[in-house]
Amino acid sequence: MGLRRVAVVGAGMTKFMRRALETGRELSWQAASMALESCDLTLEDVDGVVIGTAPDTFDGVHMKGEYLSDGCGAWQKPVMRGYVGGGTGVFSPIQGWYHVASGLFDVVLVVGEEKMSSCHPHPQGAFLTIFDNMLERPLEPNLIWIFALEMQRYMEAHGLSKRDIALVSVKNKRNALDHPCAQVAEDISVEDVLNSEIMVWPVSRLDVSPVSDGAAALVLAAEHVAKRMTDKPVWIDGVGWHLDSAYWTNRDLYYPKYVEYAARMAYRMAGITEPRKQINVVEPYDPFSYKELHHLEGLLLCGKGEAAKLTADGVTQRNGDLPVCPSGGLMGVGNPIAASGVMKVAEIFWQLRGEAGKRQVPGKPITGLAQAWGDLMQVGTVVVLRI
Amino acid sequence: MPDRVAIVGVGHTQFRATSPGVSYKELMFEAATRAYADADIDPRRDIDSFVCCSEDITEGTSIFDEYVPDQIGAALRPVHTIGGDGLQGLAAAYMQILTGAFEVVAVEAHSKASNILTPHHILALALDPIFVRPLGAHPHFVAGLEMSRYLAQSGTSRQQCAHVVAKNRGNALFNDAAAYAADLEAEDVLESEPAFWPLSRLEISAPADGAVVVVLASETRAKALGVQPIWILGAGWCSDSSALDSRQWGIAAYARLAAEQAYRQAGISSPSREINFAEVDDTFSYKELQHLEALGVFRPGRAGVETEEGATQVDGKFPVNPSGGSLGVGHLAEANGLQKVVEVVSQLREEAGPRQIPDVKVGLAQSWRGVPTATGAVVILSRE
Repeated sequence: MGLRRVAVVGAGMTKFMRRALETGRELSWQAASMALESCDLTLEDVDGVVIGTAPDTFDGVHMKGEYLSDGCGAWQKPVMRGYVGGGTGVFSPIQGWYHVASGLFDVVLVVGEEKMSSCHPHPQGAFLTIFDNMLERPLEPNLIWIFALEMQRYMEAHGLSKRDIALVSVKNKRNALDHPCAQVAEDISVEDVLNSEIMVWPVSRLDVSPVSDGAAALVLAAEHVAKRMTDKPVWIDGVGWHLDSAYWTNRDLYYPKYVEYAARMAYRMAGITEPRKQINVVEPYDPFSYKELHHLEGLLLCGKGEAAKLTADGVTQRNGDLPVCPSGGLMGVGNPIAASGVMKVAEIFWQLRGEAGKRQVPGKPITGLAQAWGDLMQVGTVVVLRI
Repeated sequence: MPDRVAIVGVGHTQFRATSPGVSYKELMFEAATRAYADADIDPRRDIDSFVCCSEDITEGTSIFDEYVPDQIGAALRPVHTIGGDGLQGLAAAYMQILTGAFEVVAVEAHSKASNILTPHHILALALDPIFVRPLGAHPHFVAGLEMSRYLAQSGTSRQQCAHVVAKNRGNALFNDAAAYAADLEAEDVLESEPAFWPLSRLEISAPADGAVVVVLASETRAKALGVQPIWILGAGWCSDSSALDSRQWGIAAYARLAAEQAYRQAGISSPSREINFAEVDDTFSYKELQHLEALGVFRPGRAGVETEEGATQVDGKFPVNPSGGSLGVGHLAEANGLQKVVEVVSQLREEAGPRQIPDVKVGLAQSWRGVPTATGAVVILSRE
C-alpha cells in the first residue's frame, strides 16, 4: 500500500520501583532525555510528542496528560495523550507511528509514565471505579477478582494446572535478573509460586505483577530522517489495535479474540502470514502469569491451549526457539502500566539491534513483536518491529 | 501525502442544560446514528477506525475508554480514546487517514455535565497537586488572572468582552440546538454579579449536555460516497506549559502555534483574507478576543475594537461563532471542538438556515481545553 516507513531510533527508561521519590513529571523527563540521548537528539529535533499514561485516579490528577506534558518535553509542541487502559503502553508507539506515517511529523517522542504509589492505601483502589456504574459497581468487584475468573476459565477450558502457569512467573522473574531496571527480579521455583498466598483463587501473589512507578520513552523517525540518525533503525512494520464490547460478562474469557484481531491487523500490514515462523522474539503482556500464555495464543503464535506446553518445553526461554519476555516482562521488571508497554517495545528495539546485553537472545532476531492488553479484558494492541 | 481528507458526515444531539431522560451512551448513540446517516455509511462495514475523546474524572469512571465502543458501532474494532478535546481527536483521525492505512475514521466526543454536582472540585484536581491545589481556590481564578493580564497587555476593555457575550448568546437564538440563547446587551453582562474579577457571571459559559460525531474519509472514499465533502486543509494542536508559573499569560501561545501548524499545511499566509469565518473557543468572554488575535485574524489589541464595531457579527466582515459558541450553545467539555466543526461544516454546506453566512468557502474551528490547561487545536475546513 506504500505506507511511509517509520523507525524507532532511540529508547530509554527509568528504573521501575515500588515508590519513586521523583514526581511523574520528573520520571517522564528522565526517560525522555535518555531516549533522546541514545540517538544524539535534543528537544529541538522533536516535532511532536505522544504521552501514554493510565488512569488519572492513580495520581489523583485530572487531565494527567496536561500535567505531565512539560516533563515529557512537550512544551510549546503538538502533544496528544492517547488512551486504551492497560493497552496504552503499546498503543502510544502506534500513535507515534501514525503521527510520522501521516507525513505531518518527522521526529516524534513517545513517553509512557505511571506513578501508582501516590494512590493510598493501594492503587487497586483506583480500579474500583472502572466498573459499570449501575450493573457492576454495586457488587464492589476488584481487578484481581475478574482476572481470577478469566484465569479459572482459561485453565478449565484447556485442562491446565496452576503449576503449568507458575512456570511463566519463574521464567520472567529469572529473566529480569539481567535487567538493570527491574523491580522484582528473583530466582524462584514453581513451588515458591504455588506456596505464595492465594489472593483470589486461582491467583497467587507470585502470579501477579507488582505495583510500580516508572517511565519509558522512544524516539520515532520517518525513513529519510532515521537513516541519517542511525545505521540500525528498527522499523515499525505493522500496528494493530482492537477494542471489544464493554460488556465483558458476555464474552467467553478463555480466548482473547480482540488480541487476535489486533494481531491480524498488524500482520496484514507487516506481510506476516506465518507468525510462528516469521517472528523471532516476543514481548506479550504479562501482568498476570496466565496472561502471557493467553496472549501467545491470541497472537496466533501457537494453537489454543498450547502455550503452556511451549513454556514447559523451554521454547519460550531466552535461548529457546521462540524467546518470550526476554526482558523479564511485567512479572519481573515491574508494571508501571503505560510505561511497561513502552518498555516492551524498547526491549524488542534493543533485541533487534543486538544491544540487549545479558538479555540478548541468540540467533540475530530480525522480527519482533510487542503486545499489550487492558480495559475490561477488552483491548489488544500490537506492534511488529523489524531490523 | 497520498490523499486529501474530507469530513463526510456530522451528527449531534440537542445541547441542553440537563438531559435527564438519557445516559451518555444514549447521547453518543444518537449523535453517531445521525452522523452515519449523514455520511450514508454503515459503521460495522464502512468505518476502519474510531477515535473518542474523554477524561476519566469528568466521566466519573476510571479507564473510561472501556465504555465507548458499543453505542457507536465500534465493538471489536480499532478504537482508541484521546485524553483531549474533540479537535485533537479529529487531528488523530486525520493523521490515521493520511497514513494511507485507513479510509474512513469516526471521531466522537460528548458531555454529560449535568451528572457532575461539583465541577470545580474536578477542575481543581487538574491543578498542580503540590504547588497550586493546596491554595484551595476555585480553579476559575486562573481565568480571572489571565483576563486581567490580557486586558492590561492588549488594551482591551471589559465592555468589549461583554460584547462577545451579547453577540454569541444572540447568535444562539438562531440555533435550535443551543442551550443558552438570549437577547442581551453588553450592559446586562457587565452588571451581572462579579465572579472571578474581572470576569462577571455572564462571561463564563455554562455547561451543557450533548454529543457530537464526525466522520472523516480519504479523498477517494469521500468522492465515492456521493455526499458533499468538506475538505480538511490543515490541522494543528499545541500545548504551552501546563504549569502556571512558566506559561505566557497575556497571549494564547498555544493557539498561535497550533494555528501556525494548520496554516502551514493549508498554505495560508493571510488568515483574515483567506478564511471567511471562524468558530473559536469562547469558554470565557475574553478568550474569543485573545484567541482571534493569537490566530492572526486581528492584530494584537484589535479584536475587542472590531467586535464592538460589529466585525464579528454574522453579517460582519469576519463572522465569529455564528453557532452561538460555548457561551450560547453551552460548554460541552471535550465536545466543544467538534461542536465548532459541525457549525463550520454546516456553514460551508450552506445548511446553516437562519444564521447562514453568504458565500463562505473556507472556515476555521479552534478549541481550548479550559483552565488550567494551555492546550488548544485548530482545523481549517474548505468547500473546495
